Amino acid sequence: MLPNASTVIKRTIAVPGDVIVVDKDTDVEGSNLYKIDENRYVVTSISIQDLEQEGEKKKIRVIGLKGRYIPKEGDTVIGIVSDVSVTYWVIDIRSPYPAILNASDYLGRPFNPATENIRKFLEIGDVIIAKIAQFDRTRPPLLSVQDKGYGKVTEGLLIEIEPSKVGRVIGKKRSMLNMLIEETKCDFVVGANGRILLKCPNSELEYIAILAIKKIEEEAHTLGLTERIREFILSEKVKRGLIKYEA
Amino acid sequence: MKREKPQLIINGRRLDGRAPQDLRPIKIEVGVLKNADGSAIVEIGNTKVLAAVYGPREVVPKHQEQIDRAIIRCRYRMLSFSTPGERKSPAPSRREIELSKVIREALEPAILSYQFPRTAIDIYVEVINADGGTRTAGITAASLALADAGIPMLDLVAAVAVGKVNGVIVLDLNEVEDMYGEADMPVAAMPSLKRVTMLQLNGVLTPDEFRQALALALDGINRIYQLQKEALRRKYVEASE
Repeated sequence: MLPNASTVIKRTIAVPGDVIVVDKDTDVEGSNLYKIDENRYVVTSISIQDLEQEGEKKKIRVIGLKGRYIPKEGDTVIGIVSDVSVTYWVIDIRSPYPAILNASDYLGRPFNPATENIRKFLEIGDVIIAKIAQFDRTRPPLLSVQDKGYGKVTEGLLIEIEPSKVGRVIGKKRSMLNMLIEETKCDFVVGANGRILLKCPNSELEYIAILAIKKIEEEAHTLGLTERIREFILSEKVKRGLIKYEA
Repeated sequence: MKREKPQLIINGRRLDGRAPQDLRPIKIEVGVLKNADGSAIVEIGNTKVLAAVYGPREVVPKHQEQIDRAIIRCRYRMLSFSTPGERKSPAPSRREIELSKVIREALEPAILSYQFPRTAIDIYVEVINADGGTRTAGITAASLALADAGIPMLDLVAAVAVGKVNGVIVLDLNEVEDMYGEADMPVAAMPSLKRVTMLQLNGVLTPDEFRQALALALDGINRIYQLQKEALRRKYVEASE
């Protein structure tokens, strides 16, 4: 793990109903907390609870381990076209809310359904990388592909993981992702909704990358994961004869 | 049909050898189904209940959706082979429809449903083997399944029944005690927040007996609650070993 100002002293698994009591030397951080009174919080979902030391102060960080993906504006997501309308596509982004991608946004110009057929551009089952342009929980999330790296996916391999574990695949300051890119030579696109797109030089490395990501998902709540995954990838490479054993 | 009432308490011991304040042996397992978002199986004595949770997901039919919160739908069902003797008809009975509502209302105060407007959370409770206390086992299992699905909750809900049998207040009634006892009172609560979410009473208790019974129920709920938390944590501790 990268050297950081704060160090984790203790890691435990918190479950709903666990009460966290804070005093003036302790800060608490996490999105799945419910404040009961001035200095008591209750954990609302299965989470890892880290006690961190930051100089004099202590900090309790609570990170959820499970749950559906809830769209957030600005997130990069990987979606699959699930329905086609006259002027827009309905995209499945693995959230309770199906997303909308307008044809005019996809094409970057006005779209006239009378003269053009929308199905020419995207069909049901096509995979796209997009950004959540707009979402306020009253209307379906609106997607946009008007940026570099967004748009239709034509090649690669798609894998799905628990959306709440995406943070671990990226790691602190992208440490995990950089390590994965370095070790497997694959190209990764990580969607915030738990879909990951891989483009690998060969099938052996592709297989190792899948195994590594599945291992990260399984062990997301453990400490020192990046180093363990690096060792895991090395041992898999040795097993497959991609590199010779080095002591 | 009702036969001669049997002697339910002999020398201070109940028919299955328990003391009045004892729970039946409890076995809990979380995450037993692959397709469900969350699931749990709870065994309390001979009662065995499976709960599965799906969601938050899109509401079908659309007109049921609420613009300010998630709707919670619950179905309690007894499998045809769950009861001794005659096969239970698989059609939902009056009792099952009522218990679906009771279980839903016992869980609703715990679920932070306003975090997911316009979605649905589906809870399925299936009784595999029935021997008294299926609604309380159902609530215990369903709250674990909800937690396993990652749905935000204020607290886990645990439930247990208390009752009066041969004039003695007893905890966690089984089928025979429920049938021939003088009173049966299922209670569900959120122990960390010290809130009761369900309380039903079937039969007659004096105010004093009621207080005594409620205290006993809350004590039992606390014990079940600890087992619930242990079972949830166990799933992750095992994965890291």
